[in-house]
Amino acid sequence: MELSVNDTSTYLYTGGRPFDRQQPVVVLIHGAGHDHSVWNFQARQLAHHGFAVLAPDLPGHGRTPGTPLPTIEALADWVEALLDAAGVVHAALAGHSMGSLVALQTATQAPARITRLILIGSVAPMPVAPPLLEAAAHERNAAHAMINQWSYTPASQLGASPVPGVFLTGLNQRLMERQREGVLANDLSACNAYQGGLEAAARIAIPCAMLCGERDQMTPRKAVKPLQEALAKVPGGARMIVIKDAGHAMMAEAPDAVGDAMRGFLTST
Amino acid sequence: MTQPKTFGPETLALHAGQSPDPAFGARAAPIYFTTSYVFPDTDHAAALFNLERPGHVYTRISNPTNAMLEERIAALEGGVGAIAVASGQAALHLAITTLMGTGGHIVASHALYGGSHNLLAYTLPRFGITTTFVDPQDPDAWRAAVRPETRLFFGESLGNPGLDVLDIPAVADIAHAHRIPLLVDATLVTPCLQRPLALGADLVLHSATKFLGGHGVAVGGLLVDGGRFDWEASGLFPTLTEPYDGFHGMDFAEESPIAAFLLRARREGLRDFGACLSPMNAFQILQGMETLPLRMRAHVANARTVAEHLAAHPLVAQVAWPGLASHRDHALAARLLPDGAGSVLSFELKGGRAAGRAFIEGLRVFSHLANVGDAKSLVIHPASTTHFRMSAQDLAAAGIGEGTVRLSVGLESADDLIEDLNRGLYAASRVVQG
Repeated sequence: MELSVNDTSTYLYTGGRPFDRQQPVVVLIHGAGHDHSVWNFQARQLAHHGFAVLAPDLPGHGRTPGTPLPTIEALADWVEALLDAAGVVHAALAGHSMGSLVALQTATQAPARITRLILIGSVAPMPVAPPLLEAAAHERNAAHAMINQWSYTPASQLGASPVPGVFLTGLNQRLMERQREGVLANDLSACNAYQGGLEAAARIAIPCAMLCGERDQMTPRKAVKPLQEALAKVPGGARMIVIKDAGHAMMAEAPDAVGDAMRGFLTST
Repeated sequence: MTQPKTFGPETLALHAGQSPDPAFGARAAPIYFTTSYVFPDTDHAAALFNLERPGHVYTRISNPTNAMLEERIAALEGGVGAIAVASGQAALHLAITTLMGTGGHIVASHALYGGSHNLLAYTLPRFGITTTFVDPQDPDAWRAAVRPETRLFFGESLGNPGLDVLDIPAVADIAHAHRIPLLVDATLVTPCLQRPLALGADLVLHSATKFLGGHGVAVGGLLVDGGRFDWEASGLFPTLTEPYDGFHGMDFAEESPIAAFLLRARREGLRDFGACLSPMNAFQILQGMETLPLRMRAHVANARTVAEHLAAHPLVAQVAWPGLASHRDHALAARLLPDGAGSVLSFELKGGRAAGRAFIEGLRVFSHLANVGDAKSLVIHPASTTHFRMSAQDLAAAGIGEGTVRLSVGLESADDLIEDLNRGLYAASRVVQG
């Protein structure tokens, strides 16, 4: 569906079910150089099990026109504006990679509105390797190849996809190519520049789950610790869920495990 | 941070799409010979039907062995995915019916495999889909043939019967200027000699029966989606960009902006037309593909030896193989097929039909049959077999001479192939000399 957010028509994937704000709302925020389609399976699972799903194409991504927003803080402001536009008072947020920083920042900015937080493939701060930043700015294909190399496990790079007939790294490469020039560079710069993550995490006092790919090379398990520790006010502590045999692209590599973990966390008491 | 590394075709041909079997550790591709799959519970079953979870429901729609084959060809072609079907013809049919219905129009090269020509020229018009055939080397002809209802450009990497080389970048540019995708039949080249998607094509099909299998034991087809064509931006493909009542009201391009074509082709085309591939055939084709890069190098080397030998023979009027400088598309082949112009070639025997028959009957190593792409060398004389009812004039119109012989050069010892050809040529010479 489409909604006007900050006077720009914004595309939102709703998981194959009409959006019903009377149900618990969950917003799924994609990562750098991506769009809503990274959430296909998880969005459909949640939408078919009692949740109202909003998976936006962030400004300048996918079907949403405009210029990509340059900072995580600006993206968090935009998510708040999205909730306003959708008439949503309370929502759970889930974000992948860059999207996880946006979710974290939004939950800090609008603590009264955000009920639960799911951080997927998340570290804070999120420094981006200079060669990747450089490639994203000047040599997109090389950047896409680097991301594919570091986001997927060796098994996924050779195939054996959970989705019959789909070659995951080929699909991801085309998805990144489909985004407009400059989008990936903008997004990676925003991740790299965001320094408020640990401070924001320290203020989070709602239930929070962290999903980490067992074989993630982009945001590896040991690098997740500082953020997990910073989430000290989370009731019972941030719940760490390791996705077996998956890398950073865990929604694609292990769609069932990620979907089940998200749904399990969102329905837990 | 190290530089990214991608896998080479030899590695992909052996491994892509397959991990060691998680149940028993089998290294070879297991054959999942089953029609259907047990649902752990009703919620899981509903989730599979709703596409909340990926997985297999029924082998007409998908099968784990077929999925290995699909991923392997997608990896080799540089695509986003593929669909395995019952034959190359089924792949062409699936591509067309996914993109258009009655009233649709195709612009196709006139240099096509006879089976494809039959489908386009005679069968599909009965269902309201028409085709304009054009000279593949004439860019203006492609342009001029486009109509408001055109939904597909179609050609072969190497066209029948003269082994014309399709200028994929040029034809793709024309197609894209009209917001239309280009489908390329790459059966005769395989991804080891050419990757049409990297040259600008949007969809690729294979008769996997031929070089991909290589053994001549299994009929199968593959349809690969390059994932670059923007169906939404084109605006010409409501089957992909508007809700489909036949499948959850799904707008396929919304669901998957990149793989919308594959999604509709599987969820509608395989489901409803039902031209699925047997998992046994998928396994056999997978076995063949493991050695594809090695075989294609050997095929091309033998084809060159044979082509050069025939070109120097006094009884041969002309050899059509783009690897020879005498072929009109030699320069194009050097650009688009730098690793070799395949191993199917044709040549014109002096002495007409009688010489052709004598040549065929004089051979012992080449097998006389109607196929190409086997590891064994194959031969056919169209004027006395597939086209025997046609007059010399009608044959000429189809680009076939009375003495035209088509070879599919296999992997035997080159010396043995040359000796066999000499045997056939000697038999033909006796007819010519009376």
